[in-house]
Amino acid sequence: MAREPIFSARDVEIEFSLRGSTLKAVRKCSLDLYEGETLAIVGESGSGKSVFTKSFLGMLDANGRIAGGSIMYDGQDLAKFKTEKEWLKIRGKKISMVMQDPMTSLNPLKKIGMQIQESIEMNQGVKGEAAKKLAMEMMEKVGIVDVERRFNQYPHEFSGGMRQRVVIAIAVACKPQILICDEPTTALDVTIQAQILGLIRNLQKELGMTVIYITHDLGVVANVADRVAVMYAGQIVEYGLVNEIFYDAWHPYTWALLSSLPQLGVKGEELPAIDGTPPNLLQEVVGDAFAPRNTKALAIDFVEEPPYFEVSPTHKAKTWYLDPRAPKIEQPHTIQRLRSNTKEGR
Amino acid sequence: MAEKEKLVEVKNLQITFGTGRKKFVAVDHVNFDIYKGETFSLVGESGSGKTTIGRAILRINPVSAGEIYFKGQKISGKISKELDREVIKNCQMIFQDPQASLNERAKVDYIVSEGLINHHLYKDEDDRKRKVEEALREVGLLPEFASRFPHEFSGGQRQRIGIARALIMEPEFVVADEPISALDVSIRAQVLNLLNRLQKSRGLTYLFIAHDLSVVRFISDRIAVIHKGRIVELADSEELFQHPLHPYTKALLSAVPIPDPEVEKKKQLLVYDPSVHDYSVDKPQWVEIIPGHYVYGNERELDRYRKEIENK
Repeated sequence: MAREPIFSARDVEIEFSLRGSTLKAVRKCSLDLYEGETLAIVGESGSGKSVFTKSFLGMLDANGRIAGGSIMYDGQDLAKFKTEKEWLKIRGKKISMVMQDPMTSLNPLKKIGMQIQESIEMNQGVKGEAAKKLAMEMMEKVGIVDVERRFNQYPHEFSGGMRQRVVIAIAVACKPQILICDEPTTALDVTIQAQILGLIRNLQKELGMTVIYITHDLGVVANVADRVAVMYAGQIVEYGLVNEIFYDAWHPYTWALLSSLPQLGVKGEELPAIDGTPPNLLQEVVGDAFAPRNTKALAIDFVEEPPYFEVSPTHKAKTWYLDPRAPKIEQPHTIQRLRSNTKEGR
Repeated sequence: MAEKEKLVEVKNLQITFGTGRKKFVAVDHVNFDIYKGETFSLVGESGSGKTTIGRAILRINPVSAGEIYFKGQKISGKISKELDREVIKNCQMIFQDPQASLNERAKVDYIVSEGLINHHLYKDEDDRKRKVEEALREVGLLPEFASRFPHEFSGGQRQRIGIARALIMEPEFVVADEPISALDVSIRAQVLNLLNRLQKSRGLTYLFIAHDLSVVRFISDRIAVIHKGRIVELADSEELFQHPLHPYTKALLSAVPIPDPEVEKKKQLLVYDPSVHDYSVDKPQWVEIIPGHYVYGNERELDRYRKEIENK
C-alpha cells in the first residue's frame, strides 16, 4: 500500500469515569483509512468498537474523554478538539454516521422530508426551496419511490428498511468523505439487509466515500469489506485484508469468532463456543486480554501483553502464537476448511 | 415417513385479527406436520405470520379456521379444561428477547417455578426447590442464582433462565421464537449447543422460528418457508438448500450473507417479485412435488419445478 492514508488514528485511548473509577474502553487503538475503501470493525458487544468510532465524530458521552493518542484527519488532530464548534466543521460534513436502530435515530414528530432538508440546510448553506429540492433528490437516490408524497410523511409511516434509507439519506446528504455505519442492518430482515448493503455500496461508488462498518455479523463483513479489524476488550487484536482474516487468521479470538458461527458448523456436532466473559475494563488487564477464555493459551499470555506480529505487509495480529519462540500451533479446523473450500473453487 | 409419529398436525390453518372492515388475514391455508423428536423451522421475513403460527399452536392466538392436533387430539378452538392444562404443560415457549421476557421484579427462583406453582406440580417446598435447582443446573447455571434478580445476568444467562423456565414443566414440544437473534455472536453458539443437547437428552421436539436461514440450516431437520402468511415451500433442510424451487425461497437464500469472502463476491442477489405468479385463471395448490418436498404453485409452475428437479 503505497497510498497515503486519508485518516489516521494512532494509539487512541478512551476513558469513561464511572462512579469515581475509570473504565478504559479503548486501549491504544490505531487505524488507517484509505480513500474509497471499506473497513469493517468486528467484535462482540462491549469490545469498544462503537466507542472508538464515535470518538472520530466527537460523539462520546459526557463522562467519556480521549485520554491519549492522536486522530489525524485533514491536517488536524481531532483528539485535541475541545469545543462543539470545532466538531461541527467535521461532523456531518466530512465524517458522518448511520446508527443501528432506525426507530430511534429519527425524530418521530417531524416530517421525513424536513429531517433530510434540515441536515442539508445546516451543512450546505442552502435554504428553503433549494434545500427542499436537494432533499428530494437525495430521497430518490436512496431508492424511495413516490417522493412527493413520502416527503410529507412521518417516520411511523415508514417500514424499518425505508427508515434506514432515510437515515442514510441524511448521513450522505452532505457528501461526506467518510461514512461510519454502526450496525446498519442488525435490526432488519435478511432480504432488506441485502438491499441496504447494496445501497450503501452504490452510494460509496458514486460519491467516492470511505466506509467504516461496525458489525458483529461476519457474513456481512465477508460481503462488504476490503479490510477487517477485529476488536476485543478495547484493542484491535488482528487486522488485515478480508481474505487474510477469513482464510489465514492467527489470533485465537478471530478463530473463536469464526468457529462459533452456525453457518460454518457441521450439523450434529457441537459448535465450538466461546466460554466465559470479556475482562472487566475497570481493572488493569494483564497480559493477553483473551487468554482467560482461550483453552490453548500460552503461559506468557497471562504475564505479558503481546505486541503486533506481522503475517504479511497488510496483515498483523497481536498474539504470542506468532513469536518465533512459541510452540507450533495449528489453525483450527474451521479456518482450514474455509481455506480449502476456496482452493477447490466452489 | 409413515413410521414416524406425528406430534403436531396443522390443517388448513387460518388466523385473522379484527373483524368487519378492519379484518386482517395474518395466516392462511397453512398445512404441516411436526414429527416427534425433530426440529421443524419456520422461516420468513417480519410480518409473515411465523410467530403467529407458533403462538396459535400454544393456544395464545385464537384460530379462525382450520384445526391443530397435538398427539392426535384436537387442541384448537373450544376444548375441555383438562386438555387445556395438558397442552400448556406439554407445550412450552422460549421467547426472543431475554431482556423483555423475564419479570424484572421477581427472583429467578419464582420465574423458573411459576409454571409449577400454577399447575401444582410439586409435593412440597423442598421438592419445588429441588426441581428449580435441577432445571438451572441443566441449562448450565449455578443453583445459587435462584435468589438473584434477572438484571444481574448477562444476555446469554437470561436466555438460559428462559430455557430453564420452559424445561421445568417437562414439555414434549417447545416453540423457540428466534431464541438467538437478540444475543451476541459469541454466545449464540452456547445457546444453540444447549438447545441441541437438551433435545438429545430429553427427546424434545422443537418448532424453531427464525428469519435467518443460515442459522436454521445448522439446527433443523425440516424447514418451511413462509411468505405473507402462506407457506410457499417445505422440505428437508439439505434438500431446501440444494434444490430450492419457489422464487421466494431462492431470493431468501441469495440474501443470506455467508462468512466467506470469495463466495460473497461471486454471489448474485435475487429479488422476489410476487407479480411473477399469474394466478388469475390457473389456481395454485399446495403439492408434494417429490416425497417430502412440498411447494405452492399452479400447474404451469409445478411443471417447470418438475423439470428443474429432473435436470439436477
